[in-house]
Amino acid sequence: MVYRGPYKIAVEEKDRPAVEHPNDAIVRVERAAICGSDLHLYHGMMPDTRVGTTFGHEFIGVVDEVGPSVEHLQPGDRVMVPFNVFCGTCYFCAKGLYSNCHNVNPNATAVGGIYGYSHTAGGYDGGQAEYVRVPFADVGPTLIPEWMSDDDALMCTDALPTGYFGAQLGDIGLGDVVVVFGAGPVGLFAARSAWLMGAGRVIVVDQVEERLAMAEQFAFAETVHFKQVKDVVVHLKKITDHLGADVVIDAVGAEADGNRWQHFTSTKLKLQGGSPIALNWAIDAVRKGGTVSVVGAYGPVFSAVKFGDAVNKGLTLRMNQCPVKRQWPRLFEHIRNGHLTPSDIITHRIPLEHVAEGYHLFSSKLDGCIKPVLVPNA
Amino acid sequence: MPDQDQTPYVSAARPQRFSPDELRARIPGWGADLDPAVRPSVPRELSDGVPAHAHWRLPEQQPELERRERSIEHARLTPVFGTAAPLRGLSGRVRRLAYARYSEARAPHWLLLIAADRIEVVEQRALALAGRGTARPVRAPEPDAPTQRGEAHERQ
Repeated sequence: MVYRGPYKIAVEEKDRPAVEHPNDAIVRVERAAICGSDLHLYHGMMPDTRVGTTFGHEFIGVVDEVGPSVEHLQPGDRVMVPFNVFCGTCYFCAKGLYSNCHNVNPNATAVGGIYGYSHTAGGYDGGQAEYVRVPFADVGPTLIPEWMSDDDALMCTDALPTGYFGAQLGDIGLGDVVVVFGAGPVGLFAARSAWLMGAGRVIVVDQVEERLAMAEQFAFAETVHFKQVKDVVVHLKKITDHLGADVVIDAVGAEADGNRWQHFTSTKLKLQGGSPIALNWAIDAVRKGGTVSVVGAYGPVFSAVKFGDAVNKGLTLRMNQCPVKRQWPRLFEHIRNGHLTPSDIITHRIPLEHVAEGYHLFSSKLDGCIKPVLVPNA
Repeated sequence: MPDQDQTPYVSAARPQRFSPDELRARIPGWGADLDPAVRPSVPRELSDGVPAHAHWRLPEQQPELERRERSIEHARLTPVFGTAAPLRGLSGRVRRLAYARYSEARAPHWLLLIAADRIEVVEQRALALAGRGTARPVRAPEPDAPTQRGEAHERQ
């Protein structure tokens, strides 16, 4: 796929990527997913999203070629690739902050490297293609375990670890009431993960019926349709003993709906780095002294966040892009023993040639689309 | 009136709707990660998080075949970088200005980059109309059974 401007995706021939660094690998993509955060690019919200680039930071595939310094992968290996590009040895990687690597993104110091996520995230082409360049092949990719399905492996490249990480950032304790804003893939995984950490109640908020149904079935959650209540914050207070939730997870990010002014100034005028509606609701719906976890994606420009309320309530705000590879060993255990079933949320399979239709379907939330997967040469 | 009904106006524990045993019976894996020590990102920062297979202290430098723009907050060009779309045209000049003059902390940095994004779309459309575009479009095959919504996909 090739980005041609806001809301314009084309299928074009591009040169096969080449090894540009000795520790690069070239991976032939077998499956790629469209992520909710790809829609921020598709809608032209992320600065320095250049025409001609290829999106896609969730993909698995087969190693096709390796650079001269690659020691631990060889052509033919089937690998899953975390969405973070990271070196493993910089100041931040050495602390396990792989999503904050300092050696992979010359365009920004605030953002690490992400496949197919604009030049603000390093200028790497992504995996919604037949082939993709994978830097630091000895560090990022991992062989797909033989027992793991391809769909589960694909979900492990971003959506599942990000959702799990969101729950983790909440510091959930025994019996905690957890509210998750957003019933997209990340929100669903965050809700499901909250139970692993001992939550006593999990409540998911969204406005899409099919997604709320999935939150009930897949994530065993109570649900709130925010357009069917007069004031979602008051409603959440009422159903959480007038205390508010112990933990709120923002799994929506930049394109939250629910407040026309915020939505217009961010998604239409691009005057904010993201519409902070979900984040502001999170700040208002959490209890005093509670924790707000943010894994929804926001752009680098300022947003009108209700910071005073966060201060006055004594909140802990925790957030980051997920360091995916740190999560994998534990997530693999959960998948293997049936605690997590990530591929259950995949709703659509789309040939790569129809990627434009896939983006339209996903962006407009048509046909019950929750998680679309692209298949090259299908 | 029981104390719990007056929460949060009195100091009473939040009512629990289900016992741990009930939750464990209903939800796969409930409480498996109750102990923070088993959570992968606890602690947030590791004392030695270097992955086993990282066999360098400072990675080799990727060759800079074209002058690569970078944030002025960086002390140097990073060892590895993407090359998806080098700077070109008027949009490229605007982007270079944004990177060369303004830090990530400055609004003009981001506003110029957003402006360049829009300029580039117009530039590329004009080039395509003039027959000088670089796109090599592939025509998508017709779907087997066209539908109004979700054509060309296979529902699981």
